Parts: sequence; C-alpha cells; structure tokens
Amino acid sequence: MPEQIFQFLVTGITVGALYALVGLGFALIYNASDVVNFAQGEFVMLGAMTAIALVAAGWPLALAAIVATALTVVVGLLLERFAIEPAWGASVVATIIITIGAAIFLRGVALLLWGKDFHALPPFSGDTPLHLGSATLLPQSLWVLGGAAALVTLVHLFLNRTLIGKALLACSFNRAAAQLVGINVNVMLRLAYGLSAGLGAIAGILIAPITFSSYEAGIMLGLKGFSAAIVGGIGNPMGAVAGGLLLGVLEALGAGLISSGYKDAIAFMFVLMVLFFEPTGLFGHKVAERV
Amino acid sequence: MRLAGFYLFAVFAALLPILFPDNYFVIVIGASAGLNVMLAVGLNLLIGYAGQISLGHAAFFGMGAYASAILTTRFAWPGLLAMAAGLLVAGSIAWLFARPILRLRGHYLAMATLGFGIIIHVIMVQANHWTGGPDGLSGIPPLNLLGWTVDGDRQWYGVIAAAALLTIWLSLNIVDSRIGRALRAVRGSEFAAQMMGVDTASAKTQIFVVSALFAAFAGSLFAHQQAFVSPDSFNLLISVELVTMVVLGGMASTFGAACGAIALTLLHQGLVVFEDYEMLIHGGLLMAVMIFMPQGLFVGLSQAVRRLKNEI
Repeated sequence: MPEQIFQFLVTGITVGALYALVGLGFALIYNASDVVNFAQGEFVMLGAMTAIALVAAGWPLALAAIVATALTVVVGLLLERFAIEPAWGASVVATIIITIGAAIFLRGVALLLWGKDFHALPPFSGDTPLHLGSATLLPQSLWVLGGAAALVTLVHLFLNRTLIGKALLACSFNRAAAQLVGINVNVMLRLAYGLSAGLGAIAGILIAPITFSSYEAGIMLGLKGFSAAIVGGIGNPMGAVAGGLLLGVLEALGAGLISSGYKDAIAFMFVLMVLFFEPTGLFGHKVAERV
Repeated sequence: MRLAGFYLFAVFAALLPILFPDNYFVIVIGASAGLNVMLAVGLNLLIGYAGQISLGHAAFFGMGAYASAILTTRFAWPGLLAMAAGLLVAGSIAWLFARPILRLRGHYLAMATLGFGIIIHVIMVQANHWTGGPDGLSGIPPLNLLGWTVDGDRQWYGVIAAAALLTIWLSLNIVDSRIGRALRAVRGSEFAAQMMGVDTASAKTQIFVVSALFAAFAGSLFAHQQAFVSPDSFNLLISVELVTMVVLGGMASTFGAACGAIALTLLHQGLVVFEDYEMLIHGGLLMAVMIFMPQGLFVGLSQAVRRLKNEI
C-alpha cells in the first residue's frame, strides 16, 4: 500500500504541476483585470493542438512548440483587445459570460481546424519509464515538472524583481493609483493576457505526450486551473501554484484509493469545502470587502 | 397591465398549434422551447433579480428528471408522486446548499455553483446502479394526470405550454411580492438592503429554492416527455446555456428570460444545418451580446426602440 501511495503522489504532482500553470495564468489575469478568464483552458488546448498539427506537418518539435506558443499568445492578446477591453467596467456576471463565450468560440475554431479526434505529441525524450524506488515515472513527467518549476520561478522573479513586473502587480493593487504614477494600464492588461496565454500553451505542449488532446480538452483543465486559483486565494499567483499541486495530489489519491470515476467530484468537493470554510483560499490574504 | 405580457404569451402559445395544425416540427420545438422557458424564468429570478450567478442550474433540472425516471421505472411509482418526490429532493438540496453557497459572491459563487453542478453530473454518470450510468435510463412510462394519460406530441405541447405559463405567472407574482422587492434591494446593494432591515440571507435562500423547484418541475416533465434521460442533458454546457438564455433575453425581466429561452431554442434548431459551425456562432453571439448589449438582447432592443420613439 505505501508503494502505491507513493505512485499516486508521483502522478498527482505531475498533474498538479499542470493545474498550477493554468492556475497561475488565472491569477495573473485576475490580478490585472479582475476578470476570471474561463477561456484559460482553451489556451492550453490551443497550444497543444497547434504544436501537434505542426509536428504532424513535419516541423521539428522545438520549432513547433515555439510557434504554437507564439500563436496562442497572439490569441490571448486578441481576446484582451476585442472582448475584454470593449467591455470595460462590465459586471462580474457579464465578464464571466464573455469569457465563457470566448471559450466556446475557441473550441468551435479548434473543432473546425482539427475535427473531433484525439491527438498526441511524441514524447520529448522517449517513453522508457524511469524507476523511482517502487514507483515508475515517464520521462515526460520530468519535462512537465521541470518546465513548470522553471516557468513558476521565472514568473515569480518577473513579478518581484523587474520594473514591468512590479508595475503589473501595482495594477492589481489599485488600478487608478497605478495609472496616476504613470503606468500604462492597458499595456499591462495586454501583458497579463499574453503571458497567461503563453503559460497555458507551454503547459499544454508539455503535457500533450501524456494526456491526449482534443478540441474539448480545455474545459476540465480550465476549471481545474480556476479551482487551483480559488484554493490558493484568487489574487495570489504563488498560492495558485500551491493550490494546483494540492489539487493534483488530492485527485490522484482520490482516484487511486476511492474511485477513479469520482475523481473530478472529489476535486470539486474539496474546492467547495475550501469555499465554505475558508472562502479567501488556503493561502490568500484576508481582505476587507469594500461596500 | 402587470400581467399584459402574460396574456400575450398565453395567446401566442394557444395560437401556435392552431396556426400550424399539422406541423409536427412546430409542436415539438414548441414543447422544448416551453421547457427552456420554465428553466430560464426560474434561473432569472436568481440571476436577474437577486443578482446571484449560478453555473450549475442543470443539476436541479437533472434531479427532477432522474427522480421521475428512477422512481417510475424502478419502483413503479405513479408519475405525479415521483414528480412531487423530485421537487422535494431538489428543493431540500437547494435549501441545504443555499446558505453556504450564497454567502459567496461574484467569482467564488460562480466556482461553487459550477463545482456543485459537476459533482451532481459525475454522480449521474457514476452511480450506475441507480441512474443507468452514461447510457441513461429508458422506458419511462407516460405521465398520468389524474386519469388522463399525456400521450403524443400535441398533448405534450399543451401540458408543457401550460406549465411554462404557470411558471411565468408565478414568477411575475414573486417579483412583485415582498420577497421580490427584497431581492431587488439585494441586487442593488446587499449591504444597504441589510441596513434597511431586509433578511438578505433568507431572501436569497428562498429564491434559490424556488428556482431549483422550477427546474426540477421542468426536469420531471422532460423525463416523461422524452421517456429517456441521460447525463448529457444535464452537463455543464447545459448550465451555461441556461445562463445564456437569461442573459440573452435581458436580466431582471421575466419576459426577457422567456424570449431568450425561445430565441436560443430556435437558434439551436437553425444551427443544426451548420453543425460544425454551431459552437463558433454560439460563442461569438454570447460575446457580442454581452459586450454590446450587457443588459440583454430584448431589453437592449426595447430600450433602443423607446429611444427612437422619443426622438421622433
């Protein structure tokens, strides 16, 4: 039994790393614009599907990955420019519906481009499993974990050590004040959407060899990323990362020990419990609500 | 005057089968539009009037449907009794969840209702023994209303149209009742409403239960009408679609919600021809309406017409 649990942990952390990246993207956009972007999962799907299509067309993997990420970033920027900016100041309900509309729209585009079939990317460095004590690990999992760790570190350094990153954080604390000290808020918004789309795309490409991708693959991923951000305390980027890992591990343990069919129900049950008892998230700051 | 629109709808619903006596298509789509009207009008009480979003409303629709399906096929309960049990289950679950869920706001509320809907959907898929799993349950007997068995598309159209009119009438009355005014105060500012002595938690709970009951009622009729239920009819996309109907029609307007439900039902039928483009159009439309007419298509249009009149 303990060996099994170790295996579940290994699987859970791999999936959790993916949720962490999606959750991080959520947190970045939420910080910059107070919008929960329900199309976040679609960024993951677009990154994966574009890379898969390019590789299938004979492109080298690295180039395909870069181009797929760049294209997804462009989609993120377009989304910000044509769907979020025009609806400035809209209610929470309105922005939720706009991003859900965007998600359905992107899914529709993917359906037209790539049909309903499932596609996979070849593993980056073979598929001979590695043995970690009693647990086995796909080499691709190491790519996912390493990639996620590198990206999270980079985003953390960017937000805390660079002037632009600090400007982005400033927008999240108080947009009007940020504007008054000379920060171009619109540019920051676009930066957040672009960055977040890029993170999603890379996450999608890293995981594509393990979980197959299809036009619908973004739905659940987006929701899990949103859950990660909520569990971590919604405005807190590193909280979202921790929330994602926690969610991934819980889900893997639930699937292994209780029932794999109920794994999504277990994950969302946990999210509901967090919301009921610790609504600001496990790692969030307590904020007084303004009336 | 208050009920003028209600009579208009009643006349429209009654005329439809008379104007198209042999048109099977009109009757069948009319019935499914009627079910959507019930769902949208109920959800509108919550979203439009109380200002509380729900992304899991299909769960209550499903509870009504599955309660009828399971109790009539596995336990041979009479249809009306099964329907009552479904209402009781959906109402109780809504009541239990209302307080902790409706304490949350904005995005947290969206997440909680969404999670709730997904959990119920997973249970429908996984609890094979009761629900028949992903394949669903078939062979649901026709509904027997005190001796009269509802059978055939025309009779179903009549029953569903009557039920839809009933929900519209109830909704109009709820909105103008004490609780309706309390809810509008909550929507404006929950804090201010509390200051004025409104028990906001209880008002929100009551309306959540009412909208769950409307949905379960529609679900029960749906199960008998289709004689078959499966989890696909109650997934997240359906919940999103219900929100779309409310928003498309115009929030905080019973007729807006009803018109939104009818419009979306027709749109779906129309888009069947462009199968592969359906998602593209659906998503694009959702974005466009919310960006350019955040108060909804029908409310937005009627305001535009009024403005035009004033100018003339």
